[in-house]
Amino acid sequence: MRVLIALLMALMAVPLAAQGDVPPAPYAYRQLDDPAQEAAAQELMETLRCLKCQSQSIADSDAPMAGDMRHQVRIRIADGEEPEAIRRWLMDRYGDYVSYEPVMSATTWPLFVIPILLVLLAMLIFRRRFRGRT
Amino acid sequence: MIAEIGLAALWLAAALAVLQLAGGLLALRGDGANEIAALTRPAAVLQGGLVALAFGALLWVFAITDLSVKLVATSSHTAKPLIFKISGAWGNHEGSMLLWVTVMALAGALIAAIERRLPERTMQATLAAQGFVALGFYAFLLLSSNPFERLPQPAVEGLGLNPLLQDIGLAFHPPTLYIGYVGLSVAFSFAVGALITRQVTPDFARAMRPWILGAWVFLTLGLTAGSYWAYYELGWGGYWFWDPVENAALMPWLAATALLHSASVLAGRDALRVWTIMLGVVAFSMSMLGTFLVRSGVLTSVHAFAVDPERGSFILFLLAIYIGGALLLFALRAGAISEGERFSMASREGALVVNNVMLSAILAVVLLGTLYPLLTEAFDVRVSVGPPYFNPVGAIFAFPMLTVMAVGPLLRWRQDRWGRISKEMGLVAALLLAGVVLFGLLAEASLLALLGLTFAVALAAASFLPLKGRNLRRVPIATWGMVVAHLGVAMMLFGMASESAFSKEKLAALEEGGMTSVGPWSVRLEAVEPVAGPNWTAIAGRMSASYEQGEPVQIAPQSRNFWAPPQQTTESVLITRWDGQLYAVMGGSSTDGRWQVRLWWKPFVTFIWYGGLLVALGGVMALVGRVRVDLRRRLVRRKLAERRNDMETAV
Repeated sequence: MRVLIALLMALMAVPLAAQGDVPPAPYAYRQLDDPAQEAAAQELMETLRCLKCQSQSIADSDAPMAGDMRHQVRIRIADGEEPEAIRRWLMDRYGDYVSYEPVMSATTWPLFVIPILLVLLAMLIFRRRFRGRT
Repeated sequence: MIAEIGLAALWLAAALAVLQLAGGLLALRGDGANEIAALTRPAAVLQGGLVALAFGALLWVFAITDLSVKLVATSSHTAKPLIFKISGAWGNHEGSMLLWVTVMALAGALIAAIERRLPERTMQATLAAQGFVALGFYAFLLLSSNPFERLPQPAVEGLGLNPLLQDIGLAFHPPTLYIGYVGLSVAFSFAVGALITRQVTPDFARAMRPWILGAWVFLTLGLTAGSYWAYYELGWGGYWFWDPVENAALMPWLAATALLHSASVLAGRDALRVWTIMLGVVAFSMSMLGTFLVRSGVLTSVHAFAVDPERGSFILFLLAIYIGGALLLFALRAGAISEGERFSMASREGALVVNNVMLSAILAVVLLGTLYPLLTEAFDVRVSVGPPYFNPVGAIFAFPMLTVMAVGPLLRWRQDRWGRISKEMGLVAALLLAGVVLFGLLAEASLLALLGLTFAVALAAASFLPLKGRNLRRVPIATWGMVVAHLGVAMMLFGMASESAFSKEKLAALEEGGMTSVGPWSVRLEAVEPVAGPNWTAIAGRMSASYEQGEPVQIAPQSRNFWAPPQQTTESVLITRWDGQLYAVMGGSSTDGRWQVRLWWKPFVTFIWYGGLLVALGGVMALVGRVRVDLRRRLVRRKLAERRNDMETAV
């Protein structure tokens, strides 16, 4: 009985140990051998947000979670997945928040419309200021 | 005792700010010569002294680590080098706000003491505005963020300062930015003063200009230093993240840059009056918005802000009063101020207007991208706005602006013909074309990096064109300042584009004695050793790095563990050559006993910060040049007045 309890305790302790000092996933700090694939992975990683950091992409973070995401991105690229498919997979899991790549949607349209209005406004200011005089 | 002296000085200073405000207002109602009005200037000067005393008291309690003061106990520690104990005084909310009011009161004291060229009524209105702004910040400090609060029981040991902040670069980064922010508060007060008395004159712009220039120089230095700090301290070689805190400092800089150019037009040509006033209000609004963003906790999460809204609400309230008030005043008075001298599109003023509009548009984009995620988060929708948004959208306005920056300084004031500078414009266009072709063949870079490299080269050449055909010894210092600052912008752009186009990265797992290479560098990990410091322990990787098989350089980047508070940081090592930097980081050990090493070769990356320094140097030169001319003008005026006096007495 005592042995059984000890065994159960040991089993319960496993996930706890797993949270502490697991070494980072292999491709968190390792590049892909194919330079073209690594470049594609790098480009994608620079536009994915590290969810545990403030305003850093997963390409510039020491956070363990960013490391795990780098690992995911690299092995999926190595498997021949398209970068945009990986982005979609991550967005399905973590929400749109994980991607820095701006997408036009019901919540983000002002981000695109306002700069266009700014261009128009600038042209209007120039026209009014400089019209009719040479 | 020392803490109480500081607190008392702060209350007295607040009382003097009330006096300054009342004196200024009474002077405006009367003829400017009543008895209380005579107190406005002395009140401002004395206030500066008192706040400096309060700040000195805070430095003192931090230097001796007086743990009965709450602020010291929560943000300092006895086992810390003295320099970081002292810099810890402003490495926290209360201390940094005290630093803010200190700089502000000293600036107010300075204008009260030396500024004599404006009409007395405008000056009184300016000082009243300055007193009013200062008063809000005293209230904020004394009512919600008292830095001198005592603990009922002295703490046994302090909680420590964030290790990332224990860095000499960062110790002086906030003061630099604050001096910039606060310099803009002076420009704001001048703008409000001129609005109240409706005297928007070239003299007003000349009085305001040294403050804008000074603030702009400090903001430039602050941004440059902050960017370099992020670059070497965060350990991944990124130098700008479009983080809201960075944007909070960038926005006042953009506004100040626009203001600087438009104030020059007002000072020299008596044009762009309304625009200058408007930018004066906007620039300080951006400083206050930046303070709000950084100090309110709204950035960590809108919801974190809602949990403890006291401080954030207070700053928001101040923001609403000052900016709302100033904008209301502007709306009421702008109609009464004429636009000033007119000019044509093909003129120096025309080019500056285009630049100002573009800078304002970039400012609007940064503002939008910074605030929009906060707005959506309030409705529980989280949106990420980052480099993939800011870079291209900002570029839409930045590249036209840079084009105008290249040719604008060649145009004459008021009216000119494009034909007159066709040769120079042809040269710039040819350089742009050649650059696109050359870099397009040479580098496999993104469009933005390609444009950046090309524009940088063309701009660097164009920045010298205003000197063409002039006797170099007779070119005014301020003009040299412009040349240097514009060259600095080109250099910065080159560094950024080169970093983005040509950087090489290597992540390697090495055993002791193992070799790897990145770009032209080969690096050997000689040994891994433990190291201990006053409040940290570290693993240091001794490496020898050689550039193209040349003489090896010994470096030892560290991975540090601080214990108060516990945190891990990377101490990267940089090897700087004229054509770039090797960036080396020591990581942890991997399972098989090898060590993680991160290496980057970043060609010409240093140009980013050299460029920033050149921009600041250009600002200093302009400042020196302008102040010299102003002093000479003042001397001439005094001589004239004396002679007139002499003649009158002779008659």
